[in-house]
Amino acid sequence: MTDHVFIDEAPEAGPATTALNTGKPVQTAVAGPWQLVWAKFSRNKVAVASGVIILMLFLVGLFAEFLAPTLPDMSRPQFTNAPPQELRLFATQADGSQQFQLHVTGYTMSVDLASLRRSYVIDENQVVPVGFLVKGAPYKLWGLFALDTHLFGPLNPGDTMYLLGTDKLGRDLLSRLIHGTRISMSIGLIGVGISLLLGVALGAVSGFYGGWVDMVVQRIIEVISSMPTIPLWLGLAAAIPLTWSPLSVYFIITLIVSLFGWTGLAREVRGRFFALRSEDFVTAARLDGSSERRLIFRHILPSLTSHILAVVTLALPTMIVAETALSFLGIGLKAPIVSWGVLLQEAQNVRTIANAPWLLIWPSGAVVLTVLAYNFLGDGLRDAADPYES
Amino acid sequence: MKADAMQRQAVNTERAADAAAGEVVLTVENLSLDFRLRTEILHAVRNVSFQLRRGQTLCLVGESGSGKSVTARALLRILDKNGAITSGRILLAGKTGAIDIAPLTERSPELLKIRGGRIGLIFQEPMSSLSPVHTIGSQITEALRLHRRMDKKQARAETIELLRQVEIPNPDTAIDRYTFEFSGGMRQRAMIAMALAADPEILIADEPTTALDVTTQAEILDLIKRLQVSRGMAMLLITHDMGVVAEVADTVAVMHYGRIVETGSTDAIFYDPKHAYTRSLLRSTVKLEQNQRSYAAAAPVATAPAPVLSLRNLSKTYGASTGWLGGNSNPIRAVDAVSFDLYPGENLGIVGESGSGKTTLGRLILRTVEPSSGTITYFGQDKPVEVTGLSKHELKSFHRDVRLVFQDPFASLNPRMTVKQVIGDPLVVSGKAKGAALEQRVAELLELVGLDPMAMERYPHAFSGGQRQRIGIARALALDPRILIADEATAALDVSIRAQILDLLLDIQKRLELSFIFISHDISVVRYFCDRVAVMHRGKLVEMGTAEQICTDPKEPYTRSLISAVPNPDPRNKRMLHRTRFSV
Repeated sequence: MTDHVFIDEAPEAGPATTALNTGKPVQTAVAGPWQLVWAKFSRNKVAVASGVIILMLFLVGLFAEFLAPTLPDMSRPQFTNAPPQELRLFATQADGSQQFQLHVTGYTMSVDLASLRRSYVIDENQVVPVGFLVKGAPYKLWGLFALDTHLFGPLNPGDTMYLLGTDKLGRDLLSRLIHGTRISMSIGLIGVGISLLLGVALGAVSGFYGGWVDMVVQRIIEVISSMPTIPLWLGLAAAIPLTWSPLSVYFIITLIVSLFGWTGLAREVRGRFFALRSEDFVTAARLDGSSERRLIFRHILPSLTSHILAVVTLALPTMIVAETALSFLGIGLKAPIVSWGVLLQEAQNVRTIANAPWLLIWPSGAVVLTVLAYNFLGDGLRDAADPYES
Repeated sequence: MKADAMQRQAVNTERAADAAAGEVVLTVENLSLDFRLRTEILHAVRNVSFQLRRGQTLCLVGESGSGKSVTARALLRILDKNGAITSGRILLAGKTGAIDIAPLTERSPELLKIRGGRIGLIFQEPMSSLSPVHTIGSQITEALRLHRRMDKKQARAETIELLRQVEIPNPDTAIDRYTFEFSGGMRQRAMIAMALAADPEILIADEPTTALDVTTQAEILDLIKRLQVSRGMAMLLITHDMGVVAEVADTVAVMHYGRIVETGSTDAIFYDPKHAYTRSLLRSTVKLEQNQRSYAAAAPVATAPAPVLSLRNLSKTYGASTGWLGGNSNPIRAVDAVSFDLYPGENLGIVGESGSGKTTLGRLILRTVEPSSGTITYFGQDKPVEVTGLSKHELKSFHRDVRLVFQDPFASLNPRMTVKQVIGDPLVVSGKAKGAALEQRVAELLELVGLDPMAMERYPHAFSGGQRQRIGIARALALDPRILIADEATAALDVSIRAQILDLLLDIQKRLELSFIFISHDISVVRYFCDRVAVMHRGKLVEMGTAEQICTDPKEPYTRSLISAVPNPDPRNKRMLHRTRFSV
């Protein structure tokens, strides 16, 4: 038979481990849920980088007037469809020496009389000195403060600087893109804000009470999501009176987009509520005497917020794409409002793409960058949303 | 006289095993496993050595986290990606000499031949280890065709034979059934048939009966033991239950935090434990075999004739809809006309197998599930209250007096609240305490349940299972209740922690005038903790009596079969060998 052997030592108090050298240890015992979410999220480098990009885009939108070299609708007919100018560091001075001078070179323009097409040739001799914090076209920051300082621009207000080229009316694409960022980024926010309100409220009610309430809400969701969206938008947008100001049209468009965007969020919230409603800790809170309001707001919703945040982040790019699509089709935002969709509208024909490809590249690049960044950020948030799952 | 006979029988089986025990089939030498975690390397298994002999059973016993399961998985090289064998040899004896499993490459033909071919594995959870979209038969046939190169017809015949061997009724038709058509016990039988399909020399059973009811567990253990003896397999049985060990093991290895702290024959381990951990493990197991209450508090039942809670013909029927969709002709009676009285200061145990309605009964008393009929009368401070007639608002004050302790210490605490918020929640909601007073009360409660009051700013994830259960108890006690309903309150805990929690509850009961309704499937826990025991079977209360009477001298045939199926943690007195069977 087997010998009776044993280790002649006192029992150990815990499992044997060797610490890996991974910087400072995280004190998790008193770490709240958000700290844990952050700890998990910050391990995903791509998501963090995407978050930084999104943040910067919002800052760009916020300080658009200051960041844009000029006004978005200031046109110079002599420079229509002008190609991007190159930023150079050293300029040749009058005495022939090279000296540090931030500048762009001017164009010489010639018109082909047969086709009336303008062609621009870079003129090395024409130096347009540019610099930071220059005086330029006067504007009102957020419609409140009258200012005329721009972050970056030609030192002489009369000169031109088109780093990303111009459009067919001779307007600076960079300035328009920066102003478009404000509209395109915020239309997503406002739209998702309304979706969030509708989605969370209806999803919560539906999931918490179940029964016939759930039945009614779910059927509404099914009806809404069964509607073909593009024709519907077309119809609704056509119904907007032409006399309305572009700003009211902007809000109405947002509303329309969001009225159809809440269904996915509502379903997600409902599912989570269903699952959480029967969790032991919710039953415990119910037996503790908590009212239904307290159950929802104190016990269930806090468990959901990180999930909701992730879903919202993933919903934002759909809103941006929807706005871009609508504006591109000419039924969304219209000039003089500038959004990425409005900018793309100008790049609809082959001639533009052949002659002025920058009109397509930069706005669509902005949309792609934003949508990708949102998706990576949302994925990261979703993975980090529940720090308690094993 | 009876004990003598048992001992003789035990000696006989030992002798038979001795005769069959010959060669060593598998030798594990100084096996060490490391798991790479995010911040540390966990040495999950350290220098583990043991031998498996033909026809013998080695029980690897230990509490959760002791490394017993990963050891077994290492034998088949099915560790998770972050785990690796760092040293040691796993020698599988063969005709041409021993093969070392440890250095074999993943997916090498030798390893694939061994997995399922020479070593069979039975998992804990049969539902998740059998495919839900294939028939039972096709899964076993696959193993037969892979490992024994049979053709379709042969394999099918062999599968039916295997199913017959594992005592599945009507194997000719059962072969074409799907997993979900089988009960838990039947699934485990099918799993065993699958493990046996390739006629392995070694059978590894990883907690094969933990998910099963006690009577099913007895049958499955019986079956495994018989098959093992008749086929002369070596078996490695992994379990946390010392009772199971005593019933089936020839040799025992006790694991604690990755090391085998003690190895020896079952008799030696149980009657002459050397290591302190083995001793404490046995102490907490054996302790639960005695009734703590019989001498301490049998008195209140006799002297206090006025009950604190009284149930009369309480029933819950599911599926008997009276709505406009028409009634169901087959309603399920989850709880069927249950009546009992609970006296002040009394511990009433409710035992039964899964599906017996014991949990529903607990929920009915609290009205988180609405009763279909019957009455619940609560004799509170002033006048008796009819609980079934209470409005939502009135129910709140009833819930203050009658509290629930949950089974799962992980799910029952909100992970997003600090311990102070969790325990303080009932106080805040009822408006009983605020600010500094709240903090003081929480500190008191934490001390009462044996936790450091300084820990109140921590979140639940910083605590172990046993500590979390203490927090749950503190929350239940926050409103000075009169009755605690504990629903499987110790089922998720390791045996040593289980004993601690039970002692804590008994201690608290002594200090506060409390009555307990203790719902459990674990007879030994109920026996340790309760004055009276009610046995439930299919919604009906079958038998009720003092804990001692139910456990030693049950009257009803169902109770008798239930009690006799409980494994006895005493290898010289195996209970399952002569248990009573109950058939409906």
